[in-house]
Formats: sequence, C-alpha cells, structure tokens
Amino acid sequence: MTNGWTDIANADVILAMGGNPAENHPVGFRFVMEAKRRRGAKLVAVDPRFQRTAAVADHFVQIRAGTDIAFLGGLINYALQTGHVQVDYVKLHTNAPFIVKEGYSFDEKTGLFSGWDKDKKQYDTSTWQYEVDAQGNAQVDPTLQHPRSVFQLMKAFYARYTPQKVSEVCGCDAEAFTKAAEIITSTYPANRAGTIMYALGWTHHSFSVQLIKTAAMLQLLLGNVGMPGGGVNALRGHANIQGGTDMGMGYHNVPGYMPIPKAGHVSMEDYLKVAVPKPLRPNSVNFWSNTPKLFTSQLKAFYGAAATKANQFGYTLHPRLPEDPKSGKLENWSWAYIYDHMAQGQVEGLVDFGMNPVCNGPNSRKMVFALSQLKWLVVAENFETETTSFWKSEILALAGKKPEDVKTEVFLLPAANFAEKSGSFTNSSRWAQWKYKALDAPGQAKPDQEIIGRIFTKVRELYKTEGGTFPDPVLGLDWSYTNPVSPAEDEVAREVNGKDLTTGQQLASFSALKDDGTTSSGNWLYCGSYTDSGNMMMRRSTEDPTGLGRFSSWTWSWPANRRIMYNRASADAQGKPWDPSRPAIVWNGKAWVGDVPDYPGTSDPEKGAGAFIVLPEGVARLFAPGDIFKEGPFPEFYEPVESPVDNPMHPGGQSHNPAANIFKTTQWDVLGTAKDFPIVGTTYRLTEHFHYWTKNHPRAIEMMPEFFVEIPVELGQEMGIKDGERVRVTSARGHIEGKALLTKRIKPMTVAGKKVYQIGMPIHWGFIGLGKQGGSLANITTPPVVDPNSFCPEYKGFLVKLEKV
Amino acid sequence: MSVPTITRRTFLTTGVAGGVVGAAVSVFGFDVQPAAAQARTLKIERTTETRSVCPYCAVGCSVIIHTLGDRSRNVTGTTVVHVEGDPDSPINRGTLCSKGATLRDDIVNERRMTKMLYRAPGADHFEEKSWDWAIDRIAHLIKETRDKRLITQDYKGRSINALTAMAVVGGCTDSNENNYLIQKAFRAGLGVIPVEQQARI
Repeated sequence: MTNGWTDIANADVILAMGGNPAENHPVGFRFVMEAKRRRGAKLVAVDPRFQRTAAVADHFVQIRAGTDIAFLGGLINYALQTGHVQVDYVKLHTNAPFIVKEGYSFDEKTGLFSGWDKDKKQYDTSTWQYEVDAQGNAQVDPTLQHPRSVFQLMKAFYARYTPQKVSEVCGCDAEAFTKAAEIITSTYPANRAGTIMYALGWTHHSFSVQLIKTAAMLQLLLGNVGMPGGGVNALRGHANIQGGTDMGMGYHNVPGYMPIPKAGHVSMEDYLKVAVPKPLRPNSVNFWSNTPKLFTSQLKAFYGAAATKANQFGYTLHPRLPEDPKSGKLENWSWAYIYDHMAQGQVEGLVDFGMNPVCNGPNSRKMVFALSQLKWLVVAENFETETTSFWKSEILALAGKKPEDVKTEVFLLPAANFAEKSGSFTNSSRWAQWKYKALDAPGQAKPDQEIIGRIFTKVRELYKTEGGTFPDPVLGLDWSYTNPVSPAEDEVAREVNGKDLTTGQQLASFSALKDDGTTSSGNWLYCGSYTDSGNMMMRRSTEDPTGLGRFSSWTWSWPANRRIMYNRASADAQGKPWDPSRPAIVWNGKAWVGDVPDYPGTSDPEKGAGAFIVLPEGVARLFAPGDIFKEGPFPEFYEPVESPVDNPMHPGGQSHNPAANIFKTTQWDVLGTAKDFPIVGTTYRLTEHFHYWTKNHPRAIEMMPEFFVEIPVELGQEMGIKDGERVRVTSARGHIEGKALLTKRIKPMTVAGKKVYQIGMPIHWGFIGLGKQGGSLANITTPPVVDPNSFCPEYKGFLVKLEKV
Repeated sequence: MSVPTITRRTFLTTGVAGGVVGAAVSVFGFDVQPAAAQARTLKIERTTETRSVCPYCAVGCSVIIHTLGDRSRNVTGTTVVHVEGDPDSPINRGTLCSKGATLRDDIVNERRMTKMLYRAPGADHFEEKSWDWAIDRIAHLIKETRDKRLITQDYKGRSINALTAMAVVGGCTDSNENNYLIQKAFRAGLGVIPVEQQARI
C-alpha cells in the first residue's frame, strides 16, 4: 500500500476493483464503511461478479474477467476529455511535461508500439525514451502543449477508450461505465481525495503490471497519490507477504529492493554502475545513488569479518544471477519458472517453508509432475498438504504416475506456527508489528529459525570437516548468533536494523549507513526499526494527534516510520497542502512537518527536488521510458491469452499481450480456444477459508464444506443444470468436479457483439483435509501463462467448458 | 420484596464463593446475561494473555492468545483456550473476521504435524524418523547438490558462484526475521539463486 488501512477512512471516493475486500479483508474493509459513514464517501465496485463488496457499494459495474485495462483506460480518457484532471499536480509531480524522442509511435491497427521485432518476439525499446540535452537532462514543456509531450501523447493514446469501446470490450453498459467515471474522477479538485483498493484480481493476469500502472496513472491525473485518503493500495493476501518481499524473497533482488548482482557484474563496481541510475533532472534526489552504502552495509551483515575491503566487502562471496549459455540471456528463476526448470529435470532439491505449490501454483498437474522430478524435497509444515504428500497415488495420478515411479526423498518437518514463534509481520500498510510467542509448538515441531539454523550449521560443519566446492561463503557467513542452531528473533531483528561497527550502537536511520565497511544493516529498509531506544516494532501507543489515522507510534512502518508514501506530492510547489483539512506534510519555512517526509527533510520546495525521490526523473511516470516494462511505455488493453473474442481494440491485430510468457514444456502446458472452451473461467477466495490451510479446521469446513461452481442462472437453464447438481469444469489442462451454484451474481454479457458467459470457481479445496475434498482443486484448470514483468500467472480470465455430470 | 442492586462483580463473587447461584437466579429471573458473563470470565480467568498478530490476510489484526497457566518454566504442555481481537489495535480495535475468530482451530488441532516424517524413494507411505537423522541426511543432500552443481564459473569464465540446482520457497507467514535468515543462509551462504515466496502467485 502507498497509504494504509486506517488511512482509507480519509477517502472521498473508493474504487474497489481487482479485489473483494468485504469478503477477503473484512476487518480492513471497516475503514471503507467508516469513510462512507463519516465523510459520505462513495464506494464503486467493479468486478466480474456482484460480490460482497458490490453489495454495499454505491455503484457496481460488472465487467468481463481480464478487461480491467480497458475500463481504466476509459476512465483516463473520461478524465482527459471532461477536464477532470488536477492540472497543477500533474505539471508539478508527473512526467506529463517531458518530451518524448522522435520515433516513438503506436499503431492503432496492429496494437503494437514502435520497435517490435517479429522474429525475436520482443521490443527494441530505444524509441521509448525522453528527448535529453547534452547533460543528459530530459527536455520538458511546462505548458503541456508540445505534440510529443507525454501529456499530449497520452491524451491521443487513450482517446480510443470511449465509453462505447469500454462497453464493447468489458461487456458492461456504457451508461454504467459513465456513471462510475463520473464518481471516480470527481476527486480531481485539490480538496478531494480518492483511493483505489486492489488485490489478486489485478495481479493474476498476463498484463498485471501494466494494469496496476494504469491505475497509478489515473490516480496521478486526479492528484490522488501521496494524499491522505488517496494512493494505490495493494491489499496483499498473506500475513507477511509484504515483509517477505521486503526481505528479498524473489530471485531478482536482495533485501531492500536492490537488484541481485548479475553474471556480467564481475566486480562490485560493475554492479553499482547498473544499480545506480543517472539523474534525469537537474535537482532530482535520485535516492538509489545511495546503493553503495546500502549494499555494502548488507554485505557486512551477511559476511561480517569475512567482508573486507580486499574482497569488495564480500561481493566475491555473493552469488550472481547466471546467463543461459544457449541464449546469452539472464536466467529466469521466478516462481513459475522454478517449476518449469524442475519439470525439465534441472532442479534436484527443494526446501519449502509452509508453501503448497500443488494447490497454489497454476496448472496443478504440471506442479505434481515437476515435484516428481526432484531428488529430494524438504517441507516444513503445520499440516500434511498436497505438496508434502504429492507422491501419494491419488495426487500423483494427476501426472499419470505411481508412487513406485517416483524416487524423491521427502522430509516432512513438523513446524511451529505463528503463535509458537515471536518476530515481526509486516502488513499491507507496511507496518511491522511485533508478535510474541504464546506457547511451545506441539510434539516435536520446531520453529523455522531452528530448522534454518540446524540445517545451515550442519552443512557448514560438513564443509569444515570434508571441504567441498567453493566453501568460502559457507564458512565466511557471519552466523555468530548466541544460539547458532536457533537464532533468537530479537537478535536477528537487531541485525536487520544494523549498527555502527565502530561504536556498536544500533543505527537510528538508513541515512547513517556508509560504504566503507564501518556500518552493517541486513536490510536498509528496516533501519530504524530497532534502535538503541529499543524495538520500535513493539510500540503500542494509540495516539493519533492529527485525527487522520496515522498512529505514528503504533509499531513501526517502513521506510523510516513513514505512513504515507510519496507524501511530498500532497503539497503544492510552495509546500502548502493541496487540501489544508487533510495535510500529510507541510513546509514551515525551515523544514517539512507532519508525517515523516518522503523528501529531504529540510529541502526548500523552491529548489524543486521532485516528490518521487526514488526515480531519476524526480516525478512520477505517466510514460514509462526504456525497458522498464516489456510491452510498452503506455498500458494498452490486451486480451487474456485465452479469450472468447478477438481484441476489439485492434481486430485482426495483436490480441493478447505480445510479450506474455507462455510455457510449452510439458504435455499440460497447453492453451484452449473458444471453439472448444467457450466459457470464461475465473478463481477467487471465500471469507470462510484461508487458502488451503483451513480445510483442516473443523469450523471453517462446517461453514464451507465443499467446492462449488458459480454459474449464471441463464447458462444453467440453457444447459439444463439445476442448483446443487454435480458439474464438471474442463480446460485444456484438466478438469474438476463440484456442485453447481446457480446465481444471479454473474450475468451473461455481450462482448464485441457476442454473448459471453463467465463462471467462478473458489479455491480452498484439494485432496487432503476435512469435509469433501475429492481433488476439487481449481488450479487444475488454470493456464500456463505469466506476465512478462512480474511473472504472475494468469489465474483470472481463462477458457473452460461446462458439463453436467 | 425489593430487588438488591448487584453488579457483575458482586454477582460473580457471591456465585463462586458462596455457592448461592440458585438464589441469584431467583433474584434475576430469566436474565441470562450475568450467567453468560460468568462462563466467559471463568474460561479466561487464569490464563496468560499474549499479544500476537493474525497469520491470515495482510490487514494485520492484533490478537490476544489466552493460554492456560502462568508460563512457569516447570509448566509444560500448555494449551490455548481462547483467541480474541486486541482492542488496543488501531486496525481491528478488538474485532476479527470469521477466520480470525476461530484461530484456535489453527493452533489446537489434532491434524497438526508433531513428528518428523520421511518418505523413502519409491515408497507409498511416511515413516517416523528422528530430527537428528533428518537434519544429517538433509545436510548431506544439500552439500552433495551444491558440491556437484554450484556454478563457480559461467560459460564465459566469469566467477558467479550460483546454485540453481536447488530452490527455496515460502515464508509468507514467517516473521521478517526468519525471511531474513532464509536469505542469509541459503542465498548469501549457500549461493541459492531461486529463493521465492508467495508474492507472484
């Protein structure tokens, strides 16, 4: 979240789209209801189904799954055509005035940007750049009139997204769209703020990153980013998915969102050359110029005394991302690719902390096959899962195998759960909240820190006694914890924060980090979370002096305890808040006061350092230059890879995302067409269950005992299916069976002149658990497609057929 | 007969200490509220309260876990009798959703894994093993994979020290501290490149 749960109460308009917070984040949703009650805020819900959020919305629009970019593009066009734009904000805080280089173009007929290479199936992005002067500064036209200004290019680009076009693509009424547009864009005046709440309904697409970018663009045009009650807010789906992301749990980065060193970065100098961008405007802060200090301090935390100036502070010990020798391209080890490589026999072992890929990955049959190729599998779990027991005949049958064919050694380590460990969880608001251990784990179950500690110290012991391949990082890693086989959370939290290695003092802020090896910090983003004054994540003050729900002394928020990101954008060129009744930060003539400023604390606004300090432009990007995104500098609507229609934006041209990654490895990596699979399928969660855990819980199963398929009443009538009868849903990958639930919540729709039905499948069931399981695992049907930027699979909007059993 | 004013506290004191529940009921007639209050108070009366955070979605509701006993060192086998929303939290202010309200099922559950289980190659069942045996075997397997498959130099002769023959996944309901330890031990220590969690899916 750019803002936070409690801040949603400050909104005048809330757009809930690509998520169903009333169902999936019910306690967070109370702040939406509070905004409605106290401010008279309007809630607009846009979704393929009339769900629980829609039920309390002021306005609901049903759209076809996967057409969100068309809807949001329509909103951008509506804002630009009606003048519902906060012009002063846009001029000051975005790259709307920037001039784009000659040569950039978009072909409305083919749906492709300039630079498309048909053979390589990728873009040459060299025309997607700003015009720069001799010093490397981007050229700007403050009047926004230049025909190649980002503003004019954007206006022309989205002019195609008329209400009629939105209706044709999304399958909604043009009037329903226009009414939504009127409400949503009503926040453009300086004294109004609107927020967007989204979740996996936006990330589970082959164009997910561009979709969220479209939302950010809309919020920028309306002047809503950085504002209390504004922002673009990802609701996130697990207790500490945010913290895991912060801690570098992705193959492409290290803790604190720094890129992982690549094969070509032979020295730290090579790495830093790429990791530190050049500023694009004279006064921009260009925050990532601090990378040498942040990264050196991290290496010191990792390797301690073994990180010396001679070995570039341990850089030579740290792994680098390999290139594929065949293509010369960097290898992709993102989640879905791990299993793709595994299916090809390239991965011997997997260590799994409480994750259930058989259920939560797309294309489950491929997941089971991939696991069966492993030599060894270690899973630390609270409950037996489909992954710990993938080799049992009922599950293995999905991949056409028998237990005796599978040579994988499997270790099911009984693990402690959340209540049996201390430590911090970071919620969607970026608040790192400390929790305390309540009891010991049952039986022989152990906490994960002990599992990690025991495995690592044992491996290290073997390297000490037997030697082995490149033992240096294993032996050099600083594992000097008081109890090395089970490091205490408190000790680790101190290390993550970091200290001055000369004085031994805990650091109060990442501004104290140095690049000379005299400071350490496991993750600069959490620097300030555990200072010499104590563990800030334990704070429990409920003081809220501004009444704006910032709660600055309740636990601790990254970065630097800032509660609203980009808060400099909540003020004008002189540092005065756009809305004095709702200030985030204010320039008092000497310093910025209010929330922790997302800006140099004493930088005079007249100097114009730029509100978006992490970007080399210093301003937000309506146009994303260069190779930031694989499929274009402006988000264009592309169909899901499996779609019932040809893309109505450019019929006969590019229908789906040209850069989407489609797997073709196994027999289950296949796509279907509308001829065989005419219905749009989508997946979602229910409030009664949490993923695949609560199928072990008696009360959750009592409330929601078995899998069902939500089917429009009209489709049921057409196919002679009655409520409660058993149906089979089949995609090109496989089929599942469950009870039919005929509903008016999903209406038939007309898309590009064609009648289209959608059906919905809740996740939560599988093979192992209480109640009726029976292999009703929705992901058996989901497609082998991922977004080319985030590598998120397309769980939402794919093709299926329906049959009565 | 005048009805005496009895607070919840005096009612409970009388009820528990004097064994005059019957009399109290006759005073209150059909008002069941005090009886309900008594049942609830008794359930958590001698428990230890621990502040925690719900492990489900990312709203971050604070919860209070009530465990039996006072957490003395000589007390083992304690159990959770109740989990409720923490009224101090500015996020949930004491409330919880249906999943959060039944969190006890996640902690005290006969389906919890309590033993180290091992499945041998080709087997159709788990067998019980000791932790020491398992850690020793896992460490040997990891070392074998790393010794054989660590890419010390790539196809262009550049030193990269990358291990892609093993992967590490998970951690979305693990603390920041454990996620950091995963990074440190497996990525920085053993050189594992594929370290991924639930964020992309």
